[in-house]
Amino acid sequence: MPALLEAKGLHAGYGETKVLHGIDFAVAEGGVTALLGANGAGKTTTLRAICGVIKTQGEIWFDGARIDGSATETIVRRGVAHVPDGRGTFMELTVEENMRLGAYTRNDGDVAADFERMFGYFPRLRERYHQQAGTLSGGEQQMLAIARALLLRPRLLLLDEPSFGLAPLIVQEIFHIMRRIRAEQQMSILLVEQNASLALDFAEQAYLLETGRIVISGPAAEIRQDESVRRSYLGY
Amino acid sequence: MEGVLHQFLSGIASGAIYASVALALVMIYQATHHVNFAQGEMATFSTYICLTLINAGFPYWIAFCITIVASFVIGVLIERILMRPMQNAPVLSSVGVFIGLLLIVNSLSGWFFGYTIKSFPSPFPNHEMFDGYVSGHELGLTIVTLIVLIAVYLFFRHTKLGLGMRAAAFNPASSRLVGVRVGWMLALGWGLAAAIGAVAGIMVAPMVFLDPNMMAGILLYAFAGALLGGIDNPLGAVIGGFVVGVLENIGGAYLVGTELKLTLALVIIVGVLVVKPSGLMGRAVLSRV
Repeated sequence: MPALLEAKGLHAGYGETKVLHGIDFAVAEGGVTALLGANGAGKTTTLRAICGVIKTQGEIWFDGARIDGSATETIVRRGVAHVPDGRGTFMELTVEENMRLGAYTRNDGDVAADFERMFGYFPRLRERYHQQAGTLSGGEQQMLAIARALLLRPRLLLLDEPSFGLAPLIVQEIFHIMRRIRAEQQMSILLVEQNASLALDFAEQAYLLETGRIVISGPAAEIRQDESVRRSYLGY
Repeated sequence: MEGVLHQFLSGIASGAIYASVALALVMIYQATHHVNFAQGEMATFSTYICLTLINAGFPYWIAFCITIVASFVIGVLIERILMRPMQNAPVLSSVGVFIGLLLIVNSLSGWFFGYTIKSFPSPFPNHEMFDGYVSGHELGLTIVTLIVLIAVYLFFRHTKLGLGMRAAAFNPASSRLVGVRVGWMLALGWGLAAAIGAVAGIMVAPMVFLDPNMMAGILLYAFAGALLGGIDNPLGAVIGGFVVGVLENIGGAYLVGTELKLTLALVIIVGVLVVKPSGLMGRAVLSRV
């Protein structure tokens, strides 16, 4: 399967602090790739690097073109949607306005139909439609963030810890909906998760990051069997 | 009683001016978290452009429209050239740039157009209206300003560009992630603020006469209005502007006399900052420690 996104020798960091030390990875077209690792391993940094939010060295290829060094807006307009850590909610705006911002780059006439589709996935958003987004619960904001990203009609969806800070039941609900979305929409997903078990169930391919280097990579099913991964990240 | 009503209506007219300038201040404040001290001087400069056009033979409303467009462009250019490099600068550097801009624009006005006080034409009928309660110009400027304020409101509420501009001001990081070109949104915000200021300048000039320092006092009243309503709340700032206009006129007539009118603005500024720094409609800033 051809890679939709490919990083080669990717370095990134914040000012003097280097976080990624030359990592290589690929996201297959139409597949789900998981990026695992402990706190501070560089998972979120990798997503930020792809989106051009932070300065990088090395190459990032998306759909046959180099995107490293491009402005975030330009990368997004190529079809990369990012559900950032902290969810990136526009707190002062309403749920409706948040969703309209998701479709900001689109000029096609299908936006209204896509809104309906989002209400199908997340009925809660319809109930809260005119409410200020800052008043939503954490789980609802996560749903809103995913809906906002999907409304861009992305080719690649970057998901940063969708389980973060949520009750286990809500996490289950969100991953349940994500499976449905996967089945119904054509796109590739790069998922960052601390909850390795959850991520390996959802993904086909996986990479394990440790302090800014990729230590293990391969099909999710194989990585699940890996002795060290099982002990350190799956806990049995 | 008639006197009070008369002062009240005059206050609404000056309030309309303060409200527009306050709105311009708030727009820049929301995007940059700084107060644009040069907002008034930029408006004065625009008013000079308009006067030059009128003197060159353009009909009033044509000159008005050209000035608004020119002011918009100047605002965009100031953001692109001066403010862009300052976006990650410390607070004091930004304040320095704003004060520098104030002095530069003020001096440019004097240099290009002279320091002598000039009269400025009004497009509205010159006679008193409604049994002498308001002058034709006061009524006209209130209507024009209200049209501008409503148009700005509709633009921000109901257009995609307006939504993008609000998003860019509230949350630039997330805005980039949905494809909003944040840099351009900020520049447009500056352009819009400059255009609104230009309307205020052109409308107030026939009442106060035009000189390079015309807007200095007005900026102070507008700032008081913006603070009173809440420096981060556009609607609050507009209401605050009107309230300050009415207080200024009634207070000036019955309380402190015309000489001390400007002091009222300062009293309001200090009062708001001491009693309720977030203003009547602003959000209190809370931070966890």
